[in-house]
Amino acid sequence: MTHPSETVLALKVEDMHKRFGEVEVLKGVHLDAAVGDVISLLGASGSGKSTLLRCINLLETPDSGTVSVHGETIGMTTDKTGQPVPSDMSQVIRLRSRLGMVFQSFNLWQHMTVLENVTEALVQVLKMSKPDALDRARATLDKVGMFDRQDYYPAHISGGQQQRAAIARALAMEPEVMLFDEPTSALDPELVGEVLKVMRALADEGRTMIVVTHEIGFARDVSNKVIFLHEGAIESQGAPAQMFGNPESERFRQFLSNALH
Amino acid sequence: MGLPAYASPGQRLWHYIYLTICAFVLFFLVMPLVAVIPISFSVSPFLQFTPEMLRLDPDAFSLRWYRMMMGDCSDPGITTVCSDNWKIGAKNSLFIGIIATALATTLGILAALGLSRPIMPFRKLIMALMISPLIVPLIITASGMFFFFAKLNLVSTYTGLILAHTILGLPFVVITVTATLVGFDASLTRAAASLGGGPVRNFFKVQMPLILPGVISGALFAFITSFDEVVIVLFIGGPDQITLPRQMWSGIRQEISPTILSVATILVILSICLLTTVELLRRRSERLRGIRPT
Repeated sequence: MTHPSETVLALKVEDMHKRFGEVEVLKGVHLDAAVGDVISLLGASGSGKSTLLRCINLLETPDSGTVSVHGETIGMTTDKTGQPVPSDMSQVIRLRSRLGMVFQSFNLWQHMTVLENVTEALVQVLKMSKPDALDRARATLDKVGMFDRQDYYPAHISGGQQQRAAIARALAMEPEVMLFDEPTSALDPELVGEVLKVMRALADEGRTMIVVTHEIGFARDVSNKVIFLHEGAIESQGAPAQMFGNPESERFRQFLSNALH
Repeated sequence: MGLPAYASPGQRLWHYIYLTICAFVLFFLVMPLVAVIPISFSVSPFLQFTPEMLRLDPDAFSLRWYRMMMGDCSDPGITTVCSDNWKIGAKNSLFIGIIATALATTLGILAALGLSRPIMPFRKLIMALMISPLIVPLIITASGMFFFFAKLNLVSTYTGLILAHTILGLPFVVITVTATLVGFDASLTRAAASLGGGPVRNFFKVQMPLILPGVISGALFAFITSFDEVVIVLFIGGPDQITLPRQMWSGIRQEISPTILSVATILVILSICLLTTVELLRRRSERLRGIRPT
């Protein structure tokens, strides 16, 4: 899926650095996502994939580097102590609502029903009217196959259903890029399929997605670009056919043989 | 908690001793409260069970002390001082209690939020200072406050009393909210932030509803502390600031009138109602959402 006519990238990450104390987690990562790209981020645990995802929507503040959403760069500056901070928090908040995020542990709000979870940000952030928000929320829940579970509280549905509801919550905002942070890692094996099916359907719709995952099958079959991170840097990247068919990197070959056994 | 069929004689013996100890503990906890209730309905102006009461003679019971509590002084049989002070005291106690609780809850939540952030400097020290009113003997706190508030012209004012009670209530809110925040999953506010919510809105829409049980129990303790408090009122309150505990105190000290017992009975009933309501609400929300109590 390529869009040669598209000149503005949906998401552009340049030279991203992040350290936690002594540990340098990201060592200058570049990432370009054109509209419609489905990018899989692979890597062993501790390779910085989740941190990269969180730095993209500034849930973690990167030490240096820039993030641009549809050509708009998030302005950064430093505070009194020299720590990097966003120069305009309202810009970050606005851009976050255009980057839908799905978390490993679902993070549904326990005190609200599935429907309320999806409606909340529509009303609060997008300032939609209650009936419009309900319509859109129900339509989105229908899309992920959660329409008949809309009045359940998160504690009363399975992990797969919770994750599908969480996808609906992010999706209902009609974000330009969907970020998935290991969306199936917290699920029982028999529940992984239903979530991957929803994600596959989103990819088929032409949504721009960045997926941190351990599902090699998903990376190979669904994404059009695979990035392999090793110790905070991109070790190798390319189209799945090339990456999986003829892996150039010895580390990626090792990672694959570990993951497939 | 039954006894299994295979229990040895020793275990059986201990089981019954254990039950007896529990019964004694409950008996000594509850009896002083229960004893108050019948005497408050007595005709006699003395704090005792009269022989007529024990015979359940209807003439030995009356509501005269309750009428007196309400400021109705028309009963000719009443020899003790009768005034509106009980009503005034109840009104003042409620007023001071509610405002002090609101202040303590707001400040306590903010303090707990700050103290639970890892980047906060001197966390242990500040926490210790905040909960010191619980540990320092009340009389010391009260006399300290008296000299300090006197300089600020806050003695004998409602403002002074409300501030003093806020300080007393604060530790309860800080402790319960901090404890709830330990169990709070920060990823839920992260999810709210990822959807474009600002920090203030995320707090009120996501964090606050989830820590609400801790906030409510903290606020309840703060209110009860203020409502029960007599030492600080004696130091800082002026002649205008009659509160319920202060009126009880002077009632007990100057004349022993059964009116105090009717007030006590009403307070016991109110507390039972309050605690039952809170517990029922808690169970309801638990059933509804399947949230385990933390």
